[in-house]
Amino acid sequence: MYILKIISKNTLRHKLRTFLTILGITIAILAFGLLRTLISAWYSGVEASSASRLVTRNSISLVFPLPLSYKEKIRQIEGVKLVSYGNWFGGIYIDEKNFFANYAVEPKIYLDLYPEIIIPPDQKMAFYRDRKGAVAGRKLIAKYGWKLGDSIILKGTIFPGNWEFVIRAIYYGRDKTVDETAFFFHWDYLNENMKKTAPLRADQVGFYMIGVTNPHIAAEVAVAVDKTFKNSLAETLTETEKAFQLSFISMTEAIVIAIQLVSLVVIVIIMAVVANTMAMTARERFGEYAVFKTMGFRGWHIAGMIFGESLLITMVGCAVGITLTFPVAHIFATELSTYFPVFNVTTKTICLDIAAALIVGVVAALFPTYRAIRIRIADSLRRIG
Amino acid sequence: MGSKAPIVEIRNLYKSYHRGNQILPVLNDITLDIDEGEFLALMGPSGSGKTTLLNLIAGIDKADSGTIKVSGVEITSLSETELALWRATNVGFIFQFYNLIPVLTAFENVELPLLLTSLSRKERREHAEMALRVVNLYDRMEHYPGQLSGGQQQRVAIARAVVPDPTILVADEPTGDLDRVSAMEILDLMERLVHGFGKTIIMVTHDPRAAKMAHIIKHLDKGVLNVYPQNHL
Repeated sequence: MYILKIISKNTLRHKLRTFLTILGITIAILAFGLLRTLISAWYSGVEASSASRLVTRNSISLVFPLPLSYKEKIRQIEGVKLVSYGNWFGGIYIDEKNFFANYAVEPKIYLDLYPEIIIPPDQKMAFYRDRKGAVAGRKLIAKYGWKLGDSIILKGTIFPGNWEFVIRAIYYGRDKTVDETAFFFHWDYLNENMKKTAPLRADQVGFYMIGVTNPHIAAEVAVAVDKTFKNSLAETLTETEKAFQLSFISMTEAIVIAIQLVSLVVIVIIMAVVANTMAMTARERFGEYAVFKTMGFRGWHIAGMIFGESLLITMVGCAVGITLTFPVAHIFATELSTYFPVFNVTTKTICLDIAAALIVGVVAALFPTYRAIRIRIADSLRRIG
Repeated sequence: MGSKAPIVEIRNLYKSYHRGNQILPVLNDITLDIDEGEFLALMGPSGSGKTTLLNLIAGIDKADSGTIKVSGVEITSLSETELALWRATNVGFIFQFYNLIPVLTAFENVELPLLLTSLSRKERREHAEMALRVVNLYDRMEHYPGQLSGGQQQRVAIARAVVPDPTILVADEPTGDLDRVSAMEILDLMERLVHGFGKTIIMVTHDPRAAKMAHIIKHLDKGVLNVYPQNHL
C-alpha cells in the first residue's frame, strides 16, 4: 500500500509532463485500437464464415457462371446436406456512391444455410410468396429510410435494366459479426427476366453454396465436387467459405500489412516517448533512490517504484484510450459503413491495447531501472550534495 | 566506557578513486576506534576524504583494503545485499540537504525506515510519533517537507535517522545548509541524542562550532588521520 502511495504521488510531481505523456498514450492506444479494428473489419467476412459451408464457383474465375444443372449432381455427393445457389447482382441504387452488396439467391435453402441471418417468420413468408420480394439488412434499411412494402429500383450493371423490388423482410444478425447491410432477392426473378432478355445467360448461376453434414469432411466434399465436374465445360473450384473470403482479402493484403505496420509504429513511437519521460523522471530522482538505499531499501524496491510509475502512467492512458475507442469507432462505423459493414471493437482488440500498454510501460522502465539500481549510493549522494 | 570494546573499529583502511588512468588515493592507512555513546567530529579541508571515511563506516562505499567492524560485524566483508539489510537496522543517516522525500509528509518520511522492519502498522505509528516528539515536531507531522523550514526539515531527517534505533548515527555536514539559530538547534538536538539517549554519532563538518559539540575531533588531511584535543579549536 505504501509503495502504491509513493508511486501515485510521484506520478503527480510533474503534472504537466504526466498529463502530456498520458495524452500521448491515449492517442496512441486510440490510433492502435482503431487500426486493429480496421483490420478486424477487413477480416469480418472471414470471421463470420462457417466451417460447414463450401463455395463452388467456376474454376477459371468468379466472373464465369456454372450451369444450374450442377445443383442436383452436387446434392448427390456424399457429405452434402444442403445446396443453394445465387449470383452477385451488382445493382446500383439511384447513384453509384450508394454501394451495398446485393445478391440473387435461391432463398429457402440459402437462408437455411445462414442461420445467423434472422428474419421474423411472417416477413420470411411474405418474402417467399412475392417473386419481386427482397430482404434487406437492418442497417441498410435504416441508412436509406426504407420500410416494409416499399418499392425500390436497382439499376443492373451485370444484368442490364431497371429492376424493381419490394421490401418484404428485414433481417438482423445473430451477433455483431454479421453484415447487416446486404440485400437479397429471388434468383428465379432474375432468371425469368434473363430468359426473356438474354436467353443464353439463363439457367446459369454465379456460385453454389453447399452445406456439409460435418465440418470435418468439408475438404473431402470439396475435392469430390470438383472431381465430379472435372473435364466438363465448366470445371469447378470448391473451397471453404473462409478460404473463399480470404481469396478476396489476399488481393488487398499489402494494404492490410501496411495498416499492421503503422499500428506497430504507433506503439514504438509512444514507447520512445514514455521511455524518455521515465528516463527524465528517474534521473531527477537518483538522489532520492540513493536515500532509499541508505535506509536499507533494495534494488527491487527501487525497481517497483519506477516500474509502478511507468505502468500507472501507461495504464491510465490505456484506459482513457480504450474508453474513447468505442465512441470514435462508432463514428467510423457510421461514416465507413459503405466500405466496412462490420466495424466492431472486438475483445481481442481491447486485449491487444492492454498488452501494448503493458509492454510500453515495462520497456520504458527497463533502462531507468537498470541505471537506478546500478548507480552507487555515494555517487548519487554527491550529485545532490 | 573505556573498558567496553569500541563500537566502531577501523584498521588499516585504504581507499582510492580511479579517474581515467589515474589513481587518486583518498584514505591512507586509517586506523580508528569509536566508543559507544561517543560524539565524534571529522574535520578537514575539502577533498581530505572525510565524507569518504563516513560513507565507508556507514556501509555505502567499499574500501580497497582494511577492515571496518561495527558492533562486532565486519562490514567490509559483507555483500551489497547484506550491507543493505545491515544498514536498515544499524545506521541512521543525517544529510546536509536533509534529503527528505518531498511527496511524503513528515510522519511518512519518519515512518519510511520502519517499513523494512516487522513492526505492525500501529507500532510503526507509535515509533514514528515518538521520534517526532523527540525532535519536537509532533504537531507538524502532517506537513510536507516543502511546508517546513530548513531547520525543521533537518529535525525530521534526524527523527527518520533515529527511528529504527540504529547502532550509529552518521551525519554529513548536518548544519551546512542552516542559519546560525537553526544550526544550534540541530547541534543541541544531536547532543541530546548522545547524552540523553546514548547514541553514537559520527559527524563530518567544516564548522568549528559544530565540532565543538563533539567529544572528540579527528582531523583528516590528504587521507591521513590526526587527533586534536577539544581545546585545539
